[in-house]
Amino acid sequence: MPFLEESYDVVVVGAGHAGCEAALACARLGLETIIFTVSMDSVALMPCNPNVGGSSKGHLVRELDALGGEMGKNIDKTYLQSKMLNRSKGPAVHSLRAQADKAEYSRKMRMVLEDTEHLTLRQAEVCEILAEDVDGSKKVTGVKITSGATFYAKAVILCTGTYLKARCIYGDVSTPTGPNGLMAATKLTDSLISLGIEVRRFKTGTPARIDKRSIDFSVMEEQKGDEEIVPFSFTNKAEDIEREQISCWLTYTNEETHKIIKDNIDRSPLFSGAIEGTGPRYCPSIEDKVVKFPDKERHQVFIEPEGEYTNEMYIGGMSSSLPEDVQYAMYRSVKGLENAKIVRNAYAIEYDCINALQLKPSLEFKKVSGLFSGGQFNGSSGYEEAAAQGLMAGINAARKIQGKEAIVLDRSQGYIGVLIDDLVTKETFEPYRMMTSRAEYRLLLRQDNADIRLSKIGYEVGLIDQERYEKVVRKEEIINQEIERLENTKVGANAKVQAFLESVGSATLKTASTLADLARRPELSYEIIQDIDEEREEFEKEIIEQIDIHLKYNGYIERQKSQVNKFKVMESRAIPEDIDYNEVNSLRKEARQKLESIRPINIGQASRISGVSPADISMLLVYLEAHK
Amino acid sequence: MFLNDTIASIATAMTNSGIGIIRVSGPESISIVDKIFVAKNRNKKLADRNTYTAHYGFIYDGEEMVDECVVLLMKAPNSYTKEDVVEIDCHGGVMVMKKVLELVIRNGARPAEPGEFTKRAFLNGRIDLSQAESVMDIIHSKNEFALKSSLKQLRGSLKEEITGLRKNILHEIAFIESALDDPEHISLDGYADNLKVVVTEELKRIEKMLESTDNGRILKEGIKTAIIGKPNAGKSTLLNSILGEERAIVTEIAGTTRDTLEEAVSIHGIPLNIIDTAGIRSTEDVVEKIGVNKAKEMAKDADLVLYVIDASKELDEDDKNIMELLKEKKVIALMNKMDLDTVISKEDIRVFSDMAVVEISAKHNDGMQELYDLLKDMFFDGNFSFNDEIYITNMRHKTALLNAKDNLLQVLTSIENEMPEDFYSIDLMAAYEELGYIIGESLGEDLVNEIFSSFCMGK
Repeated sequence: MPFLEESYDVVVVGAGHAGCEAALACARLGLETIIFTVSMDSVALMPCNPNVGGSSKGHLVRELDALGGEMGKNIDKTYLQSKMLNRSKGPAVHSLRAQADKAEYSRKMRMVLEDTEHLTLRQAEVCEILAEDVDGSKKVTGVKITSGATFYAKAVILCTGTYLKARCIYGDVSTPTGPNGLMAATKLTDSLISLGIEVRRFKTGTPARIDKRSIDFSVMEEQKGDEEIVPFSFTNKAEDIEREQISCWLTYTNEETHKIIKDNIDRSPLFSGAIEGTGPRYCPSIEDKVVKFPDKERHQVFIEPEGEYTNEMYIGGMSSSLPEDVQYAMYRSVKGLENAKIVRNAYAIEYDCINALQLKPSLEFKKVSGLFSGGQFNGSSGYEEAAAQGLMAGINAARKIQGKEAIVLDRSQGYIGVLIDDLVTKETFEPYRMMTSRAEYRLLLRQDNADIRLSKIGYEVGLIDQERYEKVVRKEEIINQEIERLENTKVGANAKVQAFLESVGSATLKTASTLADLARRPELSYEIIQDIDEEREEFEKEIIEQIDIHLKYNGYIERQKSQVNKFKVMESRAIPEDIDYNEVNSLRKEARQKLESIRPINIGQASRISGVSPADISMLLVYLEAHK
Repeated sequence: MFLNDTIASIATAMTNSGIGIIRVSGPESISIVDKIFVAKNRNKKLADRNTYTAHYGFIYDGEEMVDECVVLLMKAPNSYTKEDVVEIDCHGGVMVMKKVLELVIRNGARPAEPGEFTKRAFLNGRIDLSQAESVMDIIHSKNEFALKSSLKQLRGSLKEEITGLRKNILHEIAFIESALDDPEHISLDGYADNLKVVVTEELKRIEKMLESTDNGRILKEGIKTAIIGKPNAGKSTLLNSILGEERAIVTEIAGTTRDTLEEAVSIHGIPLNIIDTAGIRSTEDVVEKIGVNKAKEMAKDADLVLYVIDASKELDEDDKNIMELLKEKKVIALMNKMDLDTVISKEDIRVFSDMAVVEISAKHNDGMQELYDLLKDMFFDGNFSFNDEIYITNMRHKTALLNAKDNLLQVLTSIENEMPEDFYSIDLMAAYEELGYIIGESLGEDLVNEIFSSFCMGK
């Protein structure tokens, strides 16, 4: 007998990285929110790698923080080691990565959830999405859990991660569980299908965890964190979160490892066909790597701590779905792992997810009003990608209820914009991972300026308070004023300046030069020239960094800015939601079908759909103008 | 594709009919023309001038004067497109028009797509609703044509060359990007030196292609010219004579028929694509018939026919047949072998046809100048339907090559200045995209695919 338990504004299904951000955003915006998890022990669980950030993923977390998300703050509380990757490269690809204490990360996030007003945590499996027909289209009304209890809601956000009909596989062992042996959610898929949502199957995998005491670290290379760390959250200063960092370790596979794998390749469920889901090419299992790159004599293996108070070590680079006995042999062939004791096996996991082309850029389903989704369920991979979508889905669900326009970040505003635009515009055939090369304006979308780029939006949405926002505004003003001063301050070819230039190995001046031009010289920088800059004030490290980047890469930055201006014009041409593509003359058939199914919100998005040509866009523009 | 950049094209037909107009439209049109236009006796810039004014002066390419011209200024919104529009009326004929357009493009405009001015006029509310449908038809058909012709016109060898270039560039981008995405697995130490070698090599190849575009030969854009005649009339000798005259011969292109060869030459700046049927001579009994059939086939396609007649022999049935089927074509009849004892005269030919006749000896290069002068007159009288769509395509290709070249030069500069590697990648990507325009391919998922297939990423 079904009974009504309660009514909420928002129901969030799943309490992983997407679900937590979604629920926090809604609750913080004042909406009564309930978040369901199949297990209270799996809140903000990190079932795979023990770190947050990394190339381009670090960007996502910084942006999420600037918008008022939680991931950055939480990893700052629970990191074991912090590194800025690509420091020797350009500022656009500097990327933060921190090793996380998994248990702590999960515990601290759960505390935040529990301490948030308007937010209820509930352990239960959601098995049905309730919807009603309104004027021929569907509108979500709530969810039903296994007990039969019904929870009414104005919006539902699906963040089911890898739990839907999950199956874990290694060798010929296959268990119907979610990650880490947690209960899978078996019923929801059918409910989604009956709502007209198309479901697909993806797979991913994770390596074994090995007991620290069985590892010989003395033969491995130590990988330490940075001495000077950068916090993920713009609200933290480095000195507030400094700690003694814990090292990772580097070792390598060898020919014996590869031989073991090759000899047993027929026992892999990937090669026997037992796994049907599509796996990601960017994090291949070790058997994939050995088969695909037979010429490589060795592959790197990173041994990373799972937490401060556990002996479990993550064996990065060696995910696998080979049988347990082969796993043992394979891991033990690696230098330093000769006596390895496995705590948890490596396994592959298959799960149901959706093709995100069914979503609007607001992450709401086109077919079901009020139903949103985020995270791995949308066909992405990675904690950071999940969290970013969760935040946006949460913000947009809340805004929909409040009768406000959706917030859609475009590709020039952030990696989050690129991520979501890619997901809802371009079909992906494998779990989608963020990469810096996907961001066409990456020189503008740096991790160091995420606050300047996005705090305004976070503030307007209501997730960033006024004080924090005003600080960012001031920071930006200072940077602009200082750059202007440098561009307009000339130094003459006087003895002091020449002596200084000689002392730093830079060519002496023939005529006067601006300070900005001097700072731009490859061998100089804003910091170096302070000796000849008489009016120089003292600024914070973050501000100095911004000024230096602006001066040094000005040409490139300006070029990208002018590209963005052109891009914005395309993005600003909205396409009405109710457009009938059959009425647009002369569209090619393929273009018509694609436009009909994806239903882009503006001309820019339409132009990025594969199979839609510039000529088709012209047709569309003319049609829109004619039917204004 | 962008909506609000500055576009340019030749607005008049591509013939030497008096004045040719280069039209420039968009927010930067005035500043672009200001860079190349110098008004006579005045120093004032166009930017400081009023709308609806005409200015007499000169177009300069750096120090070199290209043409005298009149520039018409129409400021937004009072123009056809409702954008700032500048029209350059030049006088110097097709080659000068091309040159001026190139200058405009080099200074920041983009070659307009077919129908793009009209499209803008409509989108900016300049022309009304009733015209919308026809605008769409124009754009559609022109685009279809441009797409087809650009790919068809692209020589096989050129496509291969571009594809090869792009493949190399993509590989380098993928390497840099995989190292950026996975710095702990893939190192870029010492990479700049390798890249320098690759980029220098690529630049040489682009340079070579650019040389050929300067001679108007990136596309088979010339006037399709068929040499027709009976065996031993001297067709090949004529071809050799023309080719000998014009040294800039392009590589041979295999035509659709096995033994048809096509040569692109430029005679006094007039681009010709000459088709010769090499095989006719070698066949035996059915020679005459084949010759006529071949002539028929070739004449159908050609813009211009050079009909070679052996003046030392009497005209026969075949000649009459040939002349009959050339009735509707632009033809120059060439009475060849005038150095031998001739048995026919111009009048004999005029009995059958009113085609222009030139007496030559291909063997001794006699009368060739007369032929070329006639050719020039016909061209400048607008006798040939010179295909401006194809010209625009060619222009676009050249622009793409020039841009790709600039991008690669920038990579070398970045290496020189010891910029971080991700900057190389930005310019390499730009070059890759530019070259892609030529063969109609975009970056899309190419990069991601290349990264995953060529480099082992960890996790």
